[in-house]
Amino acid sequence: MRGPRRKTISNQERKMRTLALLFCLIGAVAVAADEFTREDMERWQEQYQRVAQKGRQLWTSGDLGSNGVACAQCHPNAANTHPETYPKFQQQLGRVADLWEMVNWCIRNPLEGEALSADDPKMIAIVSYIHSERKGVPLAPGKH
Amino acid sequence: MLPVSLVRLSFAEPGRGFTFGYISDSHIQHIRDDKFVRSWDQGLKRAVAEANLLDPRPDFFVFGGDLAHLGTRAELDHGAEMLGALHGKLYMVMGEHDYYLDMGDYWRKLYGDDYYSFDHKGVHFVVLNSILTYDDWNRRWDTPGRRMQEMALLDNPNGSPFMVGERQREWMRKDLDSQDKDTPIVVFSHSPLQKIYRGWNFWTEDADEVQKMLAPFRESNVIYGHVHQIQYNQIGNIAFTSVMSTAWPWPYPESYALAESHLPILTVPMNRADPSNERDATGWQFMNMHSGRIDTTFNLGANQNRRVAWNERHRRPEDTRYQDKDARTPPQDHF
Ligand SMILES: [Fe+2]
Ligand SMILES: [Fe+2]
Repeated sequence: MRGPRRKTISNQERKMRTLALLFCLIGAVAVAADEFTREDMERWQEQYQRVAQKGRQLWTSGDLGSNGVACAQCHPNAANTHPETYPKFQQQLGRVADLWEMVNWCIRNPLEGEALSADDPKMIAIVSYIHSERKGVPLAPGKH
Repeated sequence: MLPVSLVRLSFAEPGRGFTFGYISDSHIQHIRDDKFVRSWDQGLKRAVAEANLLDPRPDFFVFGGDLAHLGTRAELDHGAEMLGALHGKLYMVMGEHDYYLDMGDYWRKLYGDDYYSFDHKGVHFVVLNSILTYDDWNRRWDTPGRRMQEMALLDNPNGSPFMVGERQREWMRKDLDSQDKDTPIVVFSHSPLQKIYRGWNFWTEDADEVQKMLAPFRESNVIYGHVHQIQYNQIGNIAFTSVMSTAWPWPYPESYALAESHLPILTVPMNRADPSNERDATGWQFMNMHSGRIDTTFNLGANQNRRVAWNERHRRPEDTRYQDKDARTPPQDHF
C-alpha cells in the first residue's frame, strides 16, 4: 500500500523537479545572454582594437609578401580600399568578390607573396585594420 | 586692341618657348643581392624609353625626387644607372626617400647640390630641397635606417612635416633679388609648396613664406612631385602643377574619410587606379613652356593622356578636356 503511493508522489515530484530545472535552465541562459557589463563591452572593444593594431603592423610591414613592398606603400591609412563597397563585382576576377579576396590579390601581385586563407588570423587582423580606418562611412555593397 | 595673349607673347625672351621632360618618384626598391622590386624598375625604364622617343628633343629633363625607396647606395646606384639611359641634360630634385638614410650624402655625391638655380631661354629656374625637417626629429632615432623607415611611412603619426628651412629661404631670397620681376620663375620642389594634407606630408610647413617670395613676380610656377597623383592649383600669380610617379599612384587625401584635407578645387583628379594593371595611374610628363607659363601633358601608362594647360583667359592651369563639371568621368570620382 505504501509502496505505490510513494511511487505516485515520487513521480509527480520528479515531473515537478524536471520542470523546475527546465525553467531554471532557460532562466539561466536568458540571463547570461541578456546581461553584460560596460566592462565587458570595453574588453571586447579592446580585443578588436588589439587585432586591428596587429593588422596595422602587418599593413605597414614589408614582411607580408616576398619583395619588401608593404600594403601601406599604396594605401596610406588603408585609403582607396573601400571596404564599405564589398562584396562587389571585381573586374579583374569577373565575378562578385569579398574584401579578403582583394587583400589576397594584392598580396599575390604587388607584394609577390602567398595568399592567406579567409580565416587566417593575419587576414582577420588586416580586414579589421581596413575597417577601423573607414569608421562612419555608410555601407554601399556593390558600389564601384 | 591686341588680344591679351598676343601682348604677352610680345615679351620677347619668355615668348620664345621651349619644352622639357619631367620624370619623378621611381622609388627603386632593393630586395636583396641584385634583386629589386620588378614593377618599380619597369615604371622607370618605361618612362625613360618613352622619353627617349620624343622628337623633336626637349631642351632638358628633370627628375623630381624619390629616385630610391630607402635611400641606400644599392638603390641610388641602380636608379642612377636606369636614369642614365635618358638622352639629354638632366636636373635632379631631392626627395625624402633619397635623403633620410644618410641626410643626402650619397645622393649629393652622385648629383651635386640639392638646391641651386639656373637660367634657360629667359626663364629663371630654382630647385629646392623642400623635404628637410626639424633637427630634433632627425636626432630622435637610434639608427639612420630607422629614421629612413619612419619618414618613408607616409601616414606615420611619428613623422615630421617637410620644410625648406630658413637657410635655403635666405639663399632663395638673395637668388630672386637679382631677377627682374618680369622674368618668369619656375620652382622645382619635391613636396607641394602649398598646404593640402599634413597627415601625409602633402604639405610644406613654410610654404607660405616661399609663396611670399614668388608673389611679386608676374609669372611664378611651381612643379612638384611626392604626391603620386595629378594636382594643379592657382594662388595669386603662382601656378602649381604636380607630376605623377612612375612607380605607383597615391589615393587623394579626401578618400581618407577620418581626416580633413584640402585638395585644390581646381584639380580634376586622375582616374581611380585599376589594381590589375600595374602601370595604371603612373606616368611621366612632357612640359611646354611658353610666355612664362607651362602646359603639362601627363603621359599615363595605362590611361588616356591628360593635358593641363595655361588658360590665359581664366589665368590659371586647366584641364583641356575634363575641366568642365559635365565633362568629368566616373573614374575621376574619388571617395
Ligand atoms: Fe614618392
Ligand atoms: Fe616623396
